[in-house]
Amino acid sequence: MISATVKTIPIRHCNFEAKVKTAGNGPPLLYLHAAGGPIWDPFVEGLCEHFTVYAPHHPGTGETAREAIYGVESLWDLLLIYDEILDALDLPSVPVVGTSFGGMIACELAAFRPERVSKMIVLDPIGLWREDAPVAPYMLMPPEQLVATLYKHLDSSPVQAALQMPSDPKQVAVITADLVWALGATGKFVWPIPDKGLKKRLHRVKAPTLIVWGEDDALISSVYAKEFADRIANSRIEIIKDCGHVPQVERLEVLGPLVAKFLNGG
Amino acid sequence: MKVTMFHFMPYRDLPADFPPKGLASAWVDAPWWQYGDANKVTDVYNRSIDELMLAAKVGFDGVGLNEHHQNPYGFMCNPNLFGAILARMTAEQGLDQVALVQLGATISSCPPIRLAEEYAVLDCISGGRLIAGLPTGLGNDVSISNGITPMEHRERWREGVELMLKAWTAKEFFAWNGKYTQLPKVNLWPRPVQEPHPPVLIPGAASSSTWDYCHDRNFPYAYLSYFGGKSAEQVMDRFWVRAAAKGRDANPYRAAFLQVVGVGETDRQAEEEYSKHVEYFYHKLLHLPLGYIAPPGNADYKSLLNVLSSGKNLLQISDFTIDLKPLKAKDMIEREFVVVGSPATVRQKLEAIAKRLNVGHLMVALQFGSMPHEQAKKNIELFGREVLPHLQKIWEDKDLENHWWPKKLRKRPAKRREMATA
Repeated sequence: MISATVKTIPIRHCNFEAKVKTAGNGPPLLYLHAAGGPIWDPFVEGLCEHFTVYAPHHPGTGETAREAIYGVESLWDLLLIYDEILDALDLPSVPVVGTSFGGMIACELAAFRPERVSKMIVLDPIGLWREDAPVAPYMLMPPEQLVATLYKHLDSSPVQAALQMPSDPKQVAVITADLVWALGATGKFVWPIPDKGLKKRLHRVKAPTLIVWGEDDALISSVYAKEFADRIANSRIEIIKDCGHVPQVERLEVLGPLVAKFLNGG
Repeated sequence: MKVTMFHFMPYRDLPADFPPKGLASAWVDAPWWQYGDANKVTDVYNRSIDELMLAAKVGFDGVGLNEHHQNPYGFMCNPNLFGAILARMTAEQGLDQVALVQLGATISSCPPIRLAEEYAVLDCISGGRLIAGLPTGLGNDVSISNGITPMEHRERWREGVELMLKAWTAKEFFAWNGKYTQLPKVNLWPRPVQEPHPPVLIPGAASSSTWDYCHDRNFPYAYLSYFGGKSAEQVMDRFWVRAAAKGRDANPYRAAFLQVVGVGETDRQAEEEYSKHVEYFYHKLLHLPLGYIAPPGNADYKSLLNVLSSGKNLLQISDFTIDLKPLKAKDMIEREFVVVGSPATVRQKLEAIAKRLNVGHLMVALQFGSMPHEQAKKNIELFGREVLPHLQKIWEDKDLENHWWPKKLRKRPAKRREMATA
């Protein structure tokens, strides 16, 4: 385990007190987490081996104040917060990796400030809408249906490890409350249809972009990979076979080398 | 005590095998084209209005309406449509002793200024008989059926209530620069007849933040539960503890309680007559998952953590999600989710509930589930004749002022109509 610290960064915009988990060695990399809140998983650990990873916590999640989300009123607010976080970290241009909801925020950031994102990897990002392949209503699902939608192989050992809960019921209560709250705090920017204008902005993205998708993603169909690729000039698609919505858990052995190669120039 | 006949206007014709396996919810998910028949809904509306008018005739203090969406449980997309009909019909038929308990229009999913206007209109048509319910609304109604972001649901409600109160009472023009509503110049026409504004009523489902909200503003609270007086005891006890902590007295008129009721000639007859409709109500209409009632962001973080840390299963806490399917009507009568029995039984049970919970307003649902019109009429007439006069006497011996009822209707009980006593 690589030791990590959490930086506190007071942001002028929305009076938001940002928390950025930081670890690793090497050039900087921005990591944006999914709708379920910040998770420090083997995928992020792997990134830390070659990069100094900066992982901001979405307002209301992780180490941030839960009520902070009320002050972030729009996607515009949220993007200005990220822009100010990058200023505070002194990162004028940085590679960005975003998973699912974090993938959408990566795209929004790269469209809003194209020069700030030097490279981009998005894993099964949300943010576009097709009538013939609607994004599953994950915020309305009971827990067992949600995990069955997220993963292709629920009983595989990496998935089971990711779903492992502590035995202390108090800890379980906090983890569950944090998870539900994170879905609400991120859901603020995608409810009720995750189509908030990104399709009109994606053409602005300049960063070389790798779009990764689990072939059997039941939450956001892999047909969306092409929707993103069609709008981002310098992009390519990698479809991961036999994999659901979370390739960083289900197929890390395939994803890891793809990501490393792309970030190292290939 | 003030007694209101509450009506949900449910769809009464779902098939026996509803809900089929795999149908997640009767709300949002039950296909209209498979289960709905607009010609039957004509009857739902018109017979329901007739039933409420009958309640007004037999001497109820109030008639109550609410709002729900995309479901067979309750068909009022806007309770004020029906409130307007009742306001006019009750006035025309000399039933102007009856209050219009609108419990109410869902503020988070409608422009609040429009609701301020609609309530003012009802108060004007009825000549000052409106009780303005200000519900936060169910997550599914607000966020699924109306698309409001769950994280914004309660903020929108709070801001909407403030705007409505100011729009009713301001004696100057004002601009409203809210987070969710911006208006350049507010000057509401018409204003309500009642000064400074109609009494308000805040319905809720046992959230302590709602109680504090009520006590801070001296608003009354209506506990809407389908699980009877017994399960309400610990909820209402905590409500009164919060009242004392906020320096409020224990005037029972600060509180209202909703109860499903069926009256028959004898206990056995009542059970026989109402069982089918009890099961229809609990098994079919209340088929509603927790994720719909409170999608992520709906409940604030503190409440969420409280619920999850209490050691209880979420299902045991959220009334709506008690697993009702294994319970037969007999069980639900025994556990007093519903009060079903002879006039004497119903009188005794409702009096005990009112006194134990210390509530001054009782709302009774006398048409519920699949109950046909003729049976609903019989229930209303029996209740009106044998139970209502008895309940209306409760709290009369105490020197209590009901500040939360329309001023002109506070002297009670009003004379019952001849038809009911004939």
